[in-house]
Amino acid sequence: MNVKLKALTKSIWVFHAACSPCNNCDIEILDLLTPRFDIERLGMVLVGSVRHADALLVTGVPNYKTKERLKILYEQAPKPCVVIAIGNCSCGRVMFRDSYNSPCTVDEVIPVDVYIPGCPPKPEAMIAGVAKLINKLKGK
Amino acid sequence: MKALINLFTYLIFPGFLFSACIGLIAGWVDRKVTARIHWRVGPPWYQNFVDIVKLLGKETIVPAGAKMTFLLAPYLGLLSLTLVAAALGSNILSPLEGFVGDLIVVLYLLVVPAVALIIGAASSRNPLASVGLSREMKLVLGYELPFILSVITVIIKSGITIQIGEIINHQINFGSNIASISGTLAFLVSIFCMQAKLGFVPFDASEAEQEIMGGVLIEYSGLPLAIFKVTKAILLYTMPLFLIILFMGKDLSPLFIIAKFVLLLVIIVLIKNTSPRVRIDQALRWFWGPMSFLASAAVILALLGK
Repeated sequence: MNVKLKALTKSIWVFHAACSPCNNCDIEILDLLTPRFDIERLGMVLVGSVRHADALLVTGVPNYKTKERLKILYEQAPKPCVVIAIGNCSCGRVMFRDSYNSPCTVDEVIPVDVYIPGCPPKPEAMIAGVAKLINKLKGK
Repeated sequence: MKALINLFTYLIFPGFLFSACIGLIAGWVDRKVTARIHWRVGPPWYQNFVDIVKLLGKETIVPAGAKMTFLLAPYLGLLSLTLVAAALGSNILSPLEGFVGDLIVVLYLLVVPAVALIIGAASSRNPLASVGLSREMKLVLGYELPFILSVITVIIKSGITIQIGEIINHQINFGSNIASISGTLAFLVSIFCMQAKLGFVPFDASEAEQEIMGGVLIEYSGLPLAIFKVTKAILLYTMPLFLIILFMGKDLSPLFIIAKFVLLLVIIVLIKNTSPRVRIDQALRWFWGPMSFLASAAVILALLGK
Protein backbone atom coordinates (compact mmCIF):
# COMPACT_ATOMS: atom_id res chain seq x y z
CA MET A 1 0.00 0.00 0.00
CA ASN A 2 1.50 3.34 -0.96
CA VAL A 3 2.17 6.26 1.37
CA LYS A 4 -0.33 8.59 -0.31
CA LEU A 5 -3.24 6.23 0.23
CA LYS A 6 -2.21 5.47 3.79
CA ALA A 7 -2.05 9.20 4.58
CA LEU A 8 -5.45 9.71 2.95
CA THR A 9 -7.10 7.07 5.12
CA LYS A 10 -5.64 8.63 8.26
CA SER A 11 -6.72 12.19 7.50
CA ILE A 12 -10.06 12.43 5.72
CA TRP A 13 -11.30 16.01 5.53
CA VAL A 14 -15.01 15.94 4.96
CA PHE A 15 -17.18 18.49 3.19
CA HIS A 16 -20.86 18.61 3.93
CA ALA A 17 -22.85 18.73 0.69
CA ALA A 18 -26.48 19.10 1.67
CA CYS A 19 -28.73 18.56 -1.36
CA SER A 20 -32.15 19.56 -0.15
CA PRO A 21 -32.31 17.31 2.92
CA CYS A 22 -34.77 17.58 5.81
CA ASN A 23 -31.80 18.50 8.08
CA ASN A 24 -32.14 15.39 10.24
CA CYS A 25 -29.07 13.72 8.72
CA ASP A 26 -27.16 17.02 8.98
CA ILE A 27 -27.81 17.17 12.70
CA GLU A 28 -26.58 13.60 13.05
CA ILE A 29 -23.44 14.51 11.08
CA LEU A 30 -22.80 17.38 13.46
CA ASP A 31 -23.17 14.87 16.32
CA LEU A 32 -20.05 13.19 14.98
CA LEU A 33 -18.00 16.25 15.91
CA THR A 34 -19.27 16.39 19.49
CA PRO A 35 -17.32 14.96 22.46
CA ARG A 36 -19.30 11.72 22.51
CA PHE A 37 -18.16 10.54 19.07
CA ASP A 38 -15.25 12.93 18.27
CA ILE A 39 -14.14 11.92 14.77
CA GLU A 40 -11.10 14.19 15.04
CA ARG A 41 -9.35 11.33 16.85
CA LEU A 42 -9.53 9.51 13.51
CA GLY A 43 -8.07 12.55 11.76
CA MET A 44 -11.36 13.67 10.24
CA VAL A 45 -12.10 17.38 10.14
CA LEU A 46 -15.09 19.26 8.74
CA VAL A 47 -13.77 21.80 6.22
CA GLY A 48 -15.48 24.84 4.80
CA SER A 49 -14.17 24.81 1.24
CA VAL A 50 -14.71 21.96 -1.22
CA ARG A 51 -11.14 22.48 -2.50
CA HIS A 52 -9.82 21.11 0.80
CA ALA A 53 -12.18 18.12 0.85
CA ASP A 54 -11.31 14.43 0.62
CA ALA A 55 -14.85 13.20 1.11
CA LEU A 56 -18.25 14.63 0.23
CA LEU A 57 -21.02 13.82 2.69
CA VAL A 58 -24.17 13.97 0.59
CA THR A 59 -27.55 14.14 2.30
CA GLY A 60 -31.03 14.42 0.83
CA VAL A 61 -32.72 13.85 -2.52
CA PRO A 62 -31.38 15.97 -5.39
CA ASN A 63 -33.97 18.15 -7.06
CA TYR A 64 -33.64 19.92 -10.39
CA LYS A 65 -31.53 22.72 -8.91
CA THR A 66 -29.26 20.82 -6.49
CA LYS A 67 -28.63 18.13 -9.12
CA GLU A 68 -26.58 20.58 -11.17
CA ARG A 69 -24.91 22.06 -8.07
CA LEU A 70 -23.90 18.62 -6.83
CA LYS A 71 -22.27 17.79 -10.14
CA ILE A 72 -20.31 21.08 -10.12
CA LEU A 73 -19.31 20.49 -6.51
CA TYR A 74 -17.92 17.05 -7.31
CA GLU A 75 -15.95 18.44 -10.24
CA GLN A 76 -14.52 21.19 -8.02
CA ALA A 77 -13.18 18.74 -5.43
CA PRO A 78 -9.53 17.74 -5.89
CA LYS A 79 -9.10 14.05 -6.66
CA PRO A 80 -8.79 11.51 -5.07
CA CYS A 81 -12.16 12.33 -3.55
CA VAL A 82 -14.73 9.87 -2.23
CA VAL A 83 -18.48 10.34 -1.92
CA ILE A 84 -20.47 9.12 1.07
CA ALA A 85 -24.25 9.04 0.70
CA ILE A 86 -25.86 9.50 4.10
CA GLY A 87 -29.48 8.65 4.84
CA ASN A 88 -32.21 6.75 3.01
CA CYS A 89 -32.96 9.74 0.77
CA SER A 90 -29.52 9.90 -0.79
CA CYS A 91 -29.08 6.11 -0.93
CA GLY A 92 -32.30 5.60 -2.87
CA ARG A 93 -35.17 8.01 -3.11
CA VAL A 94 -37.58 6.10 -0.87
CA MET A 95 -40.92 7.91 -0.69
CA PHE A 96 -39.83 10.74 -2.99
CA ARG A 97 -39.36 8.31 -5.90
CA ASP A 98 -42.52 9.36 -7.73
CA SER A 99 -42.34 12.97 -6.66
CA TYR A 100 -42.64 15.63 -9.38
CA ASN A 101 -39.47 17.46 -8.30
CA SER A 102 -37.17 14.50 -7.83
CA PRO A 103 -35.42 13.74 -11.13
CA CYS A 104 -32.76 11.25 -10.03
CA THR A 105 -30.85 9.67 -7.16
CA VAL A 106 -27.44 10.84 -5.98
CA ASP A 107 -25.58 7.96 -7.62
CA GLU A 108 -27.04 8.86 -10.99
CA VAL A 109 -25.30 12.24 -10.73
CA ILE A 110 -21.94 11.38 -9.15
CA PRO A 111 -20.22 8.06 -8.29
CA VAL A 112 -20.99 7.06 -4.69
CA ASP A 113 -18.46 4.98 -2.73
CA VAL A 114 -20.34 4.22 0.47
CA TYR A 115 -24.07 4.10 1.24
CA ILE A 116 -25.13 4.64 4.85
CA PRO A 117 -28.89 4.00 5.12
CA GLY A 118 -31.08 5.14 8.00
CA CYS A 119 -33.59 7.87 8.60
CA PRO A 120 -31.45 9.40 9.99
CA PRO A 121 -28.51 6.98 10.41
CA LYS A 122 -26.99 6.88 13.89
CA PRO A 123 -23.52 8.37 14.32
CA GLU A 124 -22.25 4.85 15.10
CA ALA A 125 -23.57 3.71 11.72
CA MET A 126 -21.71 6.55 10.02
CA ILE A 127 -18.44 5.68 11.76
CA ALA A 128 -18.96 2.03 10.73
CA GLY A 129 -19.55 3.20 7.17
CA VAL A 130 -16.34 5.23 7.18
CA ALA A 131 -14.44 2.22 8.55
CA LYS A 132 -15.76 0.19 5.61
CA LEU A 133 -14.71 2.98 3.27
CA ILE A 134 -11.16 2.93 4.67
CA ASN A 135 -11.00 -0.83 4.20
CA LYS A 136 -12.24 -0.40 0.64
CA LEU A 137 -9.57 2.22 -0.06
CA LYS A 138 -6.93 -0.12 1.35
CA GLY A 139 -8.19 -2.76 -1.09
CA LYS A 140 -9.30 -5.29 1.50
CA MET B 1 32.56 25.08 2.94
CA LYS B 2 30.99 28.27 4.35
CA ALA B 3 28.26 28.05 1.72
CA LEU B 4 27.56 24.43 2.65
CA ILE B 5 27.25 25.33 6.32
CA ASN B 6 24.88 28.17 5.44
CA LEU B 7 22.81 25.82 3.30
CA PHE B 8 22.66 23.36 6.18
CA THR B 9 21.59 26.16 8.51
CA TYR B 10 18.87 27.27 6.12
CA LEU B 11 17.50 23.89 5.10
CA ILE B 12 18.04 21.58 8.04
CA PHE B 13 19.02 22.55 11.54
CA PRO B 14 17.60 25.79 12.80
CA GLY B 15 16.02 26.33 9.40
CA PHE B 16 13.33 24.55 7.41
CA LEU B 17 13.26 20.91 8.54
CA PHE B 18 13.77 21.53 12.25
CA SER B 19 11.36 24.44 12.54
CA ALA B 20 8.70 22.71 10.45
CA CYS B 21 8.85 19.61 12.66
CA ILE B 22 8.69 21.65 15.88
CA GLY B 23 5.90 23.80 14.42
CA LEU B 24 3.81 20.80 13.34
CA ILE B 25 4.20 19.24 16.78
CA ALA B 26 3.25 22.58 18.38
CA GLY B 27 0.20 22.59 16.10
CA TRP B 28 -0.66 19.14 17.41
CA VAL B 29 -0.34 20.39 21.01
CA ASP B 30 -2.78 23.15 20.08
CA ARG B 31 -5.29 20.68 18.58
CA LYS B 32 -4.92 18.21 21.44
CA VAL B 33 -5.32 20.83 24.20
CA THR B 34 -8.32 22.29 22.35
CA ALA B 35 -9.83 18.80 22.18
CA ARG B 36 -9.22 18.19 25.89
CA ILE B 37 -10.87 21.53 26.71
CA HIS B 38 -13.90 20.37 24.68
CA TRP B 39 -13.79 17.07 26.62
CA ARG B 40 -12.83 15.21 23.44
CA VAL B 41 -9.97 12.78 22.80
CA GLY B 42 -8.22 14.66 20.04
CA PRO B 43 -5.94 13.53 17.19
CA PRO B 44 -2.76 11.41 17.58
CA TRP B 45 0.61 13.20 17.70
CA TYR B 46 1.50 12.53 14.06
CA GLN B 47 -1.79 13.96 12.75
CA ASN B 48 -0.35 17.17 11.28
CA PHE B 49 2.43 15.27 9.48
CA VAL B 50 -0.16 12.92 7.98
CA ASP B 51 -2.23 15.91 6.87
CA ILE B 52 0.75 17.40 5.05
CA VAL B 53 1.67 14.09 3.35
CA LYS B 54 -1.95 13.63 2.28
CA LEU B 55 -2.14 17.14 0.83
CA LEU B 56 1.06 16.47 -1.15
CA GLY B 57 -0.69 13.50 -2.78
CA LYS B 58 -3.80 15.43 -3.77
CA GLU B 59 -4.58 17.06 -7.07
CA THR B 60 -3.64 20.74 -7.37
CA ILE B 61 -6.45 22.74 -8.93
CA VAL B 62 -5.78 26.15 -10.43
CA PRO B 63 -9.03 28.09 -10.79
CA ALA B 64 -9.87 29.43 -14.25
CA GLY B 65 -8.29 32.80 -14.93
CA ALA B 66 -5.89 32.68 -11.96
CA LYS B 67 -2.56 34.45 -12.42
CA MET B 68 0.94 32.96 -12.09
CA THR B 69 1.17 34.39 -8.59
CA PHE B 70 -1.47 31.91 -7.41
CA LEU B 71 1.14 29.14 -7.39
CA LEU B 72 4.17 31.33 -6.59
CA ALA B 73 2.75 33.08 -3.51
CA PRO B 74 2.99 30.06 -1.14
CA TYR B 75 6.71 29.69 -1.89
CA LEU B 76 7.30 33.39 -1.20
CA GLY B 77 5.84 33.06 2.29
CA LEU B 78 7.62 29.80 3.08
CA LEU B 79 11.08 30.90 1.86
CA SER B 80 11.10 34.17 3.78
CA LEU B 81 9.74 32.62 6.96
CA THR B 82 12.36 29.87 6.80
CA LEU B 83 14.98 32.62 6.65
CA VAL B 84 13.58 34.11 9.85
CA ALA B 85 13.63 30.71 11.58
CA ALA B 86 17.24 30.13 10.47
CA ALA B 87 18.34 33.63 11.56
CA LEU B 88 16.72 33.38 15.00
CA GLY B 89 18.03 29.85 15.54
CA SER B 90 21.62 30.68 14.64
CA ASN B 91 21.46 33.84 16.77
CA ILE B 92 20.57 31.71 19.78
CA LEU B 93 23.36 29.25 18.99
CA SER B 94 26.02 31.97 18.59
CA PRO B 95 24.78 35.48 19.52
CA LEU B 96 27.92 37.26 18.27
CA GLU B 97 27.74 36.12 14.66
CA GLY B 98 24.82 38.30 13.57
CA PHE B 99 25.08 41.52 11.61
CA VAL B 100 23.91 45.03 12.46
CA GLY B 101 20.26 45.45 11.50
CA ASP B 102 19.19 41.80 11.47
CA LEU B 103 16.32 42.74 13.81
CA ILE B 104 14.92 44.99 11.07
CA VAL B 105 15.35 42.20 8.50
CA VAL B 106 13.49 39.76 10.75
CA LEU B 107 10.67 42.28 11.29
CA TYR B 108 10.33 42.75 7.54
CA LEU B 109 10.42 39.04 6.75
CA LEU B 110 7.79 38.28 9.39
CA VAL B 111 5.27 40.35 7.42
CA VAL B 112 5.97 38.49 4.17
CA PRO B 113 3.81 35.38 4.95
CA ALA B 114 0.78 37.64 5.39
CA VAL B 115 1.67 39.45 2.16
CA ALA B 116 2.03 36.09 0.39
CA LEU B 117 -1.41 35.09 1.63
CA ILE B 118 -2.81 38.37 0.33
CA ILE B 119 -1.14 37.96 -3.09
CA GLY B 120 -2.28 34.34 -3.41
CA ALA B 121 -5.87 35.11 -2.44
CA ALA B 122 -5.99 38.13 -4.75
CA SER B 123 -4.92 36.07 -7.76
CA SER B 124 -7.48 33.30 -7.14
CA ARG B 125 -10.43 35.40 -8.40
CA ASN B 126 -12.76 34.14 -5.71
CA PRO B 127 -15.14 36.67 -4.10
CA LEU B 128 -14.90 35.02 -0.67
CA ALA B 129 -11.10 35.02 -0.95
CA SER B 130 -11.20 38.73 -1.69
CA VAL B 131 -13.31 39.33 1.42
CA GLY B 132 -10.74 37.34 3.39
CA LEU B 133 -7.79 39.16 1.90
CA SER B 134 -9.23 42.59 2.60
CA ARG B 135 -9.64 41.53 6.23
CA GLU B 136 -6.10 40.15 6.33
CA MET B 137 -4.79 43.44 4.93
CA LYS B 138 -6.60 45.47 7.58
CA LEU B 139 -5.37 43.11 10.27
CA VAL B 140 -1.76 43.53 9.11
CA LEU B 141 -2.20 47.31 9.21
CA GLY B 142 -3.68 46.93 12.67
CA TYR B 143 -1.14 44.76 14.45
CA GLU B 144 2.05 46.02 12.84
CA LEU B 145 1.92 49.41 14.62
CA PRO B 146 1.77 48.14 18.24
CA PHE B 147 4.12 45.25 17.42
CA ILE B 148 6.81 47.55 16.07
CA LEU B 149 6.29 49.93 19.00
CA SER B 150 6.89 47.08 21.43
CA VAL B 151 10.00 46.04 19.51
CA ILE B 152 11.19 49.65 19.76
CA THR B 153 10.72 49.37 23.52
CA VAL B 154 13.06 46.39 23.50
CA ILE B 155 15.56 48.29 21.34
CA ILE B 156 15.60 51.18 23.82
CA LYS B 157 15.85 48.83 26.80
CA SER B 158 18.86 47.09 25.24
CA GLY B 159 20.77 50.34 24.81
CA ILE B 160 19.69 51.33 21.27
CA THR B 161 20.87 48.35 19.28
CA ILE B 162 19.26 46.78 16.24
CA GLN B 163 21.19 43.53 16.38
CA ILE B 164 19.49 40.44 17.80
CA GLY B 165 22.75 39.05 19.20
CA GLU B 166 23.40 42.25 21.18
CA ILE B 167 19.85 42.24 22.53
CA ILE B 168 20.45 38.69 23.80
CA ASN B 169 23.85 39.70 25.25
CA HIS B 170 22.36 42.73 26.99
CA GLN B 171 19.72 40.52 28.59
CA ILE B 172 22.31 37.94 29.66
CA ASN B 173 24.27 40.71 31.38
CA PHE B 174 21.48 42.90 32.80
CA GLY B 175 18.48 40.57 33.16
CA SER B 176 15.43 39.88 30.97
CA ASN B 177 13.53 42.76 29.42
CA ILE B 178 10.27 41.42 30.84
CA ALA B 179 11.45 42.13 34.39
CA SER B 180 10.56 45.83 34.16
CA ILE B 181 7.35 47.83 33.81
CA SER B 182 7.94 48.86 30.20
CA GLY B 183 9.07 45.34 29.26
CA THR B 184 5.96 43.77 30.79
CA LEU B 185 3.68 46.22 28.98
CA ALA B 186 5.41 45.62 25.64
CA PHE B 187 5.27 41.85 26.22
CA LEU B 188 1.52 41.97 26.85
CA VAL B 189 1.00 43.95 23.65
CA SER B 190 3.15 41.63 21.59
CA ILE B 191 1.26 38.55 22.82
CA PHE B 192 -1.89 39.96 21.24
CA CYS B 193 0.05 40.87 18.10
CA MET B 194 1.40 37.31 17.98
CA GLN B 195 -2.14 35.95 18.19
CA ALA B 196 -3.15 38.13 15.24
CA LYS B 197 -0.03 37.24 13.24
CA LEU B 198 -0.76 33.54 13.73
CA GLY B 199 -4.34 34.12 12.57
CA PHE B 200 -5.84 32.45 15.64
CA VAL B 201 -9.10 33.24 17.40
CA PRO B 202 -10.04 36.01 18.31
CA PHE B 203 -8.27 37.47 15.26
CA ASP B 204 -9.07 34.79 12.64
CA ALA B 205 -11.60 36.86 10.69
CA SER B 206 -9.58 36.44 7.48
CA GLU B 207 -9.88 32.66 7.55
CA ALA B 208 -13.23 32.31 9.31
CA GLU B 209 -14.22 28.74 8.37
CA GLN B 210 -17.84 29.06 9.43
CA GLU B 211 -18.35 32.43 7.83
CA ILE B 212 -16.35 32.74 4.59
CA MET B 213 -15.28 29.08 4.26
CA GLY B 214 -11.55 29.38 4.72
CA GLY B 215 -11.40 32.91 3.27
CA VAL B 216 -7.95 33.47 1.82
CA LEU B 217 -7.28 29.72 1.48
CA ILE B 218 -10.59 28.87 -0.15
CA GLU B 219 -9.27 28.09 -3.66
CA TYR B 220 -6.09 26.31 -2.59
CA SER B 221 -5.76 22.54 -2.80
CA GLY B 222 -2.98 19.97 -2.80
CA LEU B 223 0.64 21.16 -2.77
CA PRO B 224 0.09 24.95 -2.35
CA LEU B 225 -2.31 24.33 0.54
CA ALA B 226 0.29 22.05 2.16
CA ILE B 227 2.89 24.81 1.80
CA PHE B 228 0.56 27.30 3.47
CA LYS B 229 -0.05 24.82 6.30
CA VAL B 230 3.71 24.33 6.76
CA THR B 231 4.22 28.10 6.71
CA LYS B 232 1.65 28.45 9.44
CA ALA B 233 3.36 25.70 11.45
CA ILE B 234 6.75 27.43 11.13
CA LEU B 235 5.12 30.69 12.20
CA LEU B 236 3.82 28.91 15.30
CA TYR B 237 7.45 28.05 16.08
CA THR B 238 9.03 31.36 15.02
CA MET B 239 6.78 33.90 16.72
CA PRO B 240 7.07 32.50 20.29
CA LEU B 241 10.83 32.09 19.72
CA PHE B 242 11.07 35.72 18.62
CA LEU B 243 9.24 36.89 21.74
CA ILE B 244 11.49 34.72 23.92
CA ILE B 245 14.56 36.36 22.35
CA LEU B 246 13.14 39.86 22.72
CA PHE B 247 11.72 39.63 26.23
CA MET B 248 12.98 36.55 28.05
CA GLY B 249 16.55 36.22 26.81
CA LYS B 250 18.21 35.92 30.20
CA ASP B 251 18.77 32.17 30.13
CA LEU B 252 18.74 30.55 26.69
CA SER B 253 19.86 27.02 27.55
CA PRO B 254 17.80 24.35 25.72
CA LEU B 255 15.71 23.32 28.73
CA PHE B 256 14.75 26.91 29.54
CA ILE B 257 13.91 27.67 25.91
CA ILE B 258 11.59 24.66 25.80
CA ALA B 259 9.94 25.69 29.09
CA LYS B 260 9.40 29.26 27.87
CA PHE B 261 8.17 28.04 24.48
CA VAL B 262 5.62 25.75 26.13
CA LEU B 263 4.53 28.61 28.39
CA LEU B 264 3.88 30.88 25.39
CA LEU B 265 2.12 28.05 23.56
CA VAL B 266 -0.18 27.53 26.54
CA ILE B 267 -0.98 31.26 26.56
CA ILE B 268 -1.78 31.14 22.82
CA VAL B 269 -4.01 28.08 23.16
CA LEU B 270 -5.83 29.51 26.19
CA ILE B 271 -6.55 32.79 24.41
CA LYS B 272 -7.67 30.81 21.37
CA ASN B 273 -10.10 28.67 23.33
CA THR B 274 -11.61 31.24 25.63
CA SER B 275 -12.51 34.06 23.26
CA PRO B 276 -14.96 34.51 20.39
CA ARG B 277 -14.01 35.81 16.96
CA VAL B 278 -14.04 39.60 16.79
CA ARG B 279 -15.20 41.55 13.77
CA ILE B 280 -12.45 43.16 11.72
CA ASP B 281 -13.43 46.69 12.79
CA GLN B 282 -13.32 45.61 16.44
CA ALA B 283 -9.87 44.10 15.87
CA LEU B 284 -8.63 47.31 14.24
CA ARG B 285 -10.05 49.43 17.04
CA TRP B 286 -8.44 47.12 19.61
CA PHE B 287 -5.00 47.35 18.00
CA TRP B 288 -4.99 51.04 17.13
CA GLY B 289 -6.66 52.00 20.42
CA PRO B 290 -5.69 50.26 23.68
CA MET B 291 -2.80 48.22 22.28
CA SER B 292 -1.05 51.15 20.57
CA PHE B 293 -1.64 53.25 23.67
CA LEU B 294 -0.05 50.61 25.91
CA ALA B 295 2.86 50.17 23.51
CA SER B 296 3.47 53.95 23.35
CA ALA B 297 3.34 54.06 27.14
CA ALA B 298 5.94 51.28 27.17
CA VAL B 299 8.19 53.25 24.81
CA ILE B 300 7.94 56.38 26.98
CA LEU B 301 8.60 54.38 30.17
CA ALA B 302 11.60 52.75 28.51
CA LEU B 303 12.94 56.19 27.54
CA LEU B 304 12.54 57.25 31.20
CA GLY B 305 14.53 54.17 32.19
CA LYS B 306 11.79 52.19 33.94
